Amino acid sequence: MSPAETDALALSLSVAARSVIFNLPVAILVAWLLTRTRFAGRTVFDAFVHLPLVLPPVVVGYLLLLVFGVRGPVGGWLYDSFGIQLAFTSTGAALATAVMSFPLVVRSIRLSLETLDPGLEDAARTLGAGPVDRFFSITLPLIAPGILAGAVTAFAAGLGEFGAVITFASNIPGETRTLPLALYTALQTPDGDSLAARLALISFSLGLAGLLVAEFLARRLRRRLGR
Amino acid sequence: MLHVQLSKRRGDFTLDVDFVAPIPGVTALFGRSGCGKSTLISLIAGLMSPDSGRVQIGEDTLLDTGRSLEVDARHRRVGVVFQDARLFPHLSVLGNLQYGARRVPRGTPAPIGFDDVVSLLGLGGLTARRPHELSGGEKQRVALGRALLAQPRLLLLDEPLASLDLARREELLPYFEKLRDALAIPIVYVSHQFDEVLRLATRVVLLDAGRVHADGDITTVSRHPALRAIVGPDAVGAVMSGVVERTDDAGLTVIRVGDAELLVDEPAPAGQRIQIQVLARDVIVAASRPTGLSVRNAVSARVVSVSPDVGRTVLVELDIGRTSTLLARITVRASQELGLTPDKQVWALIKAVSLRGHVFSAPAR
Repeated sequence: MSPAETDALALSLSVAARSVIFNLPVAILVAWLLTRTRFAGRTVFDAFVHLPLVLPPVVVGYLLLLVFGVRGPVGGWLYDSFGIQLAFTSTGAALATAVMSFPLVVRSIRLSLETLDPGLEDAARTLGAGPVDRFFSITLPLIAPGILAGAVTAFAAGLGEFGAVITFASNIPGETRTLPLALYTALQTPDGDSLAARLALISFSLGLAGLLVAEFLARRLRRRLGR
Repeated sequence: MLHVQLSKRRGDFTLDVDFVAPIPGVTALFGRSGCGKSTLISLIAGLMSPDSGRVQIGEDTLLDTGRSLEVDARHRRVGVVFQDARLFPHLSVLGNLQYGARRVPRGTPAPIGFDDVVSLLGLGGLTARRPHELSGGEKQRVALGRALLAQPRLLLLDEPLASLDLARREELLPYFEKLRDALAIPIVYVSHQFDEVLRLATRVVLLDAGRVHADGDITTVSRHPALRAIVGPDAVGAVMSGVVERTDDAGLTVIRVGDAELLVDEPAPAGQRIQIQVLARDVIVAASRPTGLSVRNAVSARVVSVSPDVGRTVLVELDIGRTSTLLARITVRASQELGLTPDKQVWALIKAVSLRGHVFSAPAR
């Protein structure tokens, strides 16, 4: 593989991994709010969470620029106070990827929360466990298959995020030029056909491997829980 | 005393109960499915809030809506064994058993040790297993152990045998009997099977449509009309307390009940306190002591009352001394021919064979 390919591959893996790390805590909280609580505006909130699924990725990238760009309300504050810049950086690419895959992770965690018998948490309560204790000792281990499946799917999908990344983080070699961006660039370049084909093959293999690993892990976890 | 007074409305259904239970002792909450038993369990355990009420165990008040006092379920130390066991599937049997034990607050008296529970419930060979590798009966034993190791001051058993087949129930019941005799805490046992109540409980609270219809010793409640309506006519029978006297030369067990001695074709050790159920349809009433019959038990009795029963029958209440009372179901015609009226002296005939399976060990008091 050429340096351009390994760079793109390594960057894609790193961006996807960081996007999953950004995602999980928030997704677990949101999934929990959506399944276990009733509050005003819950339906709107639910729709908002799922927006990235239906919005053109470019729109998500544009909105991220508005909010997290160096002149945006959050981005400006981050830059002025801590010198952190998100737009046009690999962290920004990970953020854009995280936002795009967020609904997938929430859905997966929500599904396992909905199938979890609340009676088990009641039983833990009668045995002296408080709310936080119950969450970490009962709820979290029991929804682990859903979290894991969501994480692996998000990771696999994150390897291929294009629109939101190129809009928010641009296409900077070694910084934000992930696999799909490198592929796109190769296609724009004369004689880039063979590079494009190899990048496409790498993407294809990674995606397939990701989905298979997700299925394998989910099965193992389910067996451990005796289902 | 355990004192429970609770009311709760849920849609069309209103639960409104008030009862006391001895410490220690097994009190059965008995009633049809849907009479509010499980709601009551949730309310006592604190998993649900009542509209109003009070729950008190000895000196400790767990709930008193009048004083806006409501101890959270996690601090109540009320052990619950649910119908579906609710073992934690991601933990081993050992992990399940230790779950509550690890969360016992410091300084709580802990009379029930891990080894005691394991030996009492026969869990020795199971600790490394996962819940899905257990049979239904084993699951309930683990659930029981888990609840006990949290050092509860009250144990609630919510139809723990209901999801098991007959063989498993028979296998599990002796464990409950052992537990009843070993524990110093009150046990509330919810059931819709009267035979379980007979085997385990000394007190019965009869629930129907969210209300207490009768409440007292099983010997009293067994003769209550509300119970007849629930168990059906063929299961009606007086429950009496007695003591095993000896085994006679023919190998039959002699039990003293009231002023009478009953022969029973079922082995039991002398001195054992028992509860015996005599089904009303198994009792024959005779005007004089008959001879030339195979029946082993002829008991002198005094008619207390004659009341209409199902179909063309009456239910005769017969005093056999020392506050022990039999019930006999006979036809209206037979009652008229014998001239049964209160205070008439008669003989009650009971086959030794028909008492088999109706003698239960009573808790030592």
